[in-house]
Amino acid sequence: MSIYSPAQDWFKAPSGGERAWIGLALLWCVVLTLAMPYWHFKGKQNSTGESYAVEPMKFMERVDRFVQTNKVGEEMGTAVVEPSPGGDAYLQAQMWRWSPILKLRKGQTYRLHISSLDLQHGFSLQPVNMNFQVLPGYDHVLTVTPTEAGEYHIICNEYCGIGHHTMTGKIIVDE
Amino acid sequence: MTTGTIDIGLAPGDASRGAAAPQKPAGNHPAGALRTCDTTGLPVCLVAQQFIKLHAVVAVVFLLVGGIAAILLALTRWPAVHLLPAEWYYRILTLHGLNMLIFWILFFEVAILYFASTSLLNSRLASKGVAWAGFALMLVGALMVDVTILQGKADVLMTSYVPLRGDPLFYLGIILVAVGTLTGVFNFFATLWIAKRDRTYEGSMPLVTFGALAAGIIATVTLLHGAIVAIPTFLWSLDLMHQPDAAWYRLVWWGLGHQSQQVNVTAMVSVWYFLATITTGAKPLNQAVCRGAFVLYILFINLASAHHLLVDPGVNAGWKIWNTSYAMYLAVLASMIHGFTVPASVEVAMRKKGFTKGLFGWLAAAPWKNPGFSAFFLSLAIFGFIGGITGVTLGTEQINIIAHNTLRIPGHFHATVVGGTTLAFMGLTYYVVPLIFQREYRARAVARLQPYIFAAGIVLMSMGMSFAGSYGVPRRHWDIEFTGAQFSHGFDPGAHVMLGLLGLGGTLAFVGLLTFILLTVTAVFFGPSNKGRAMTAW
Repeated sequence: MSIYSPAQDWFKAPSGGERAWIGLALLWCVVLTLAMPYWHFKGKQNSTGESYAVEPMKFMERVDRFVQTNKVGEEMGTAVVEPSPGGDAYLQAQMWRWSPILKLRKGQTYRLHISSLDLQHGFSLQPVNMNFQVLPGYDHVLTVTPTEAGEYHIICNEYCGIGHHTMTGKIIVDE
Repeated sequence: MTTGTIDIGLAPGDASRGAAAPQKPAGNHPAGALRTCDTTGLPVCLVAQQFIKLHAVVAVVFLLVGGIAAILLALTRWPAVHLLPAEWYYRILTLHGLNMLIFWILFFEVAILYFASTSLLNSRLASKGVAWAGFALMLVGALMVDVTILQGKADVLMTSYVPLRGDPLFYLGIILVAVGTLTGVFNFFATLWIAKRDRTYEGSMPLVTFGALAAGIIATVTLLHGAIVAIPTFLWSLDLMHQPDAAWYRLVWWGLGHQSQQVNVTAMVSVWYFLATITTGAKPLNQAVCRGAFVLYILFINLASAHHLLVDPGVNAGWKIWNTSYAMYLAVLASMIHGFTVPASVEVAMRKKGFTKGLFGWLAAAPWKNPGFSAFFLSLAIFGFIGGITGVTLGTEQINIIAHNTLRIPGHFHATVVGGTTLAFMGLTYYVVPLIFQREYRARAVARLQPYIFAAGIVLMSMGMSFAGSYGVPRRHWDIEFTGAQFSHGFDPGAHVMLGLLGLGGTLAFVGLLTFILLTVTAVFFGPSNKGRAMTAW
């Protein structure tokens, strides 16, 4: 009875089906425990959490420099920027826009620096649906290699105030 | 099931009655502060009974507030309806999270702790004054939070991630609720201590009390995290301190945010054991296994909170993998064990009664018309098969990348906390009202149906959320049409179908919730009294 004190000799090993179930469950847990680090090395998409402390104002300066050096156009008032293949790319999150628009090349690897100037934001790349947290004070570095050409949207999926749903951006991947 | 009393599977004078049997040790109750339950034979401390009633009533009031918020949100996320304006959507979302996840559940849990430490141990409640203090702090804090939110001074959502900033009263309210709950938990620990000191029971404490103790320990650790994160944030909101670091805030906040859900899991599992016993006479197969599983919860669940930071900057991959692999799976193991032992104990009890036909004859013959049983068993199934499986999946490093902050996350936790914990607590309420309030339910046919309506609604809603999330639809987002945005993004049409399912499921669940509240309030205030006799069997 679960509502009364148990008999004095309650402390004993499980037996029968219960024992078998615990064995199976434990085995499954061990498999899962090993699978996670295994996939970290074997899988191609991981969140390494690589990041560096950065003052929001300093980050903004870096983004400005990056835009001035690599700007190739403008779309609806937002700079379109093409970083050098294999180089650093910057993306700035602020209430309520992602900037600049990045133009990347398929098959090239970039170090994408993302940070916020104000609140926490959520980098959500659609329609591939990849999501990363963006924090003020942290330069979050994602090493990315686009595998398909096309136009991708960035939406914000961390609540950042009344205009949260209007916070969108764009990444263009060329062949 | 038609014996005229509730079925706790005991013959009169059954040797396993333990603490409740008359020849066992006397309790420590002062004269006139004790009654014996006419149905279960359990001793009821009248002081504890008063506080169980108080906490339960307030819990249900907050459930109603959270429920009204819930239907408004479901009708806003359903794109065809899109009810609330943006400002009110986030405001009501803040209200919903805090009233449902925190206030309804914490008030109910304190009631469970008071019951498990008094009736099951044949003890008096340690202190009436401390119980009043804890209750008052919780109530004042919760009202402060709700009023501040509705005034529009804290549109920061439940997580209030810094640098989002709410009114100081919002943070102060949360601190008061945490301190009040800790006070109640302390009163529970003190009651365990005086019961042991006064030898009110022999041998080890009952399993349900042990589970409640595990919940109490996890709650203490949880609420300390809450204090560590809420006090600096409160001081910052008053400009008395610099702004807390965003990553630090997330790390410590989730020590509160996720662990508090583990308090719910632990309390819910204790309620499963209780309802299994009281509705079918089930006995745990092996006490050491059940208790060991509770210990696993205490040891490992805090580290597993790290899965909220799987796509965060500031913490490295080694830290993420370590905490979410071995640690989380050891906590998962505990749930896998309870997921076996609870239904197995019901099976054994049913087979003993002669329901031995086939593999599942025992299950078919279970008391499905008893809302205490159906709520308990549906809770077990929804928690295990939907909540548990989605939870383990989402807590994987790579999968979290495609799930973080999408609707898959609320799809998961509505299956654990609502389909699991809230439904189990509803099942328990179908016994709390007749046994503690000593009032009978009216409209019993409706009550028999209620757990099914609620469960069906939650399952549909949870599925709608999860599948919409798989298309990338974000959680906590007012408008997936991105009206007024620089670049508009369109989701797959399938996502809209799933959001419609969310709306329909949410509406059905709301009907189930409202039915539960109406039935319960009617029973508590206008139900026929059953004083002096056993409760009418379900």
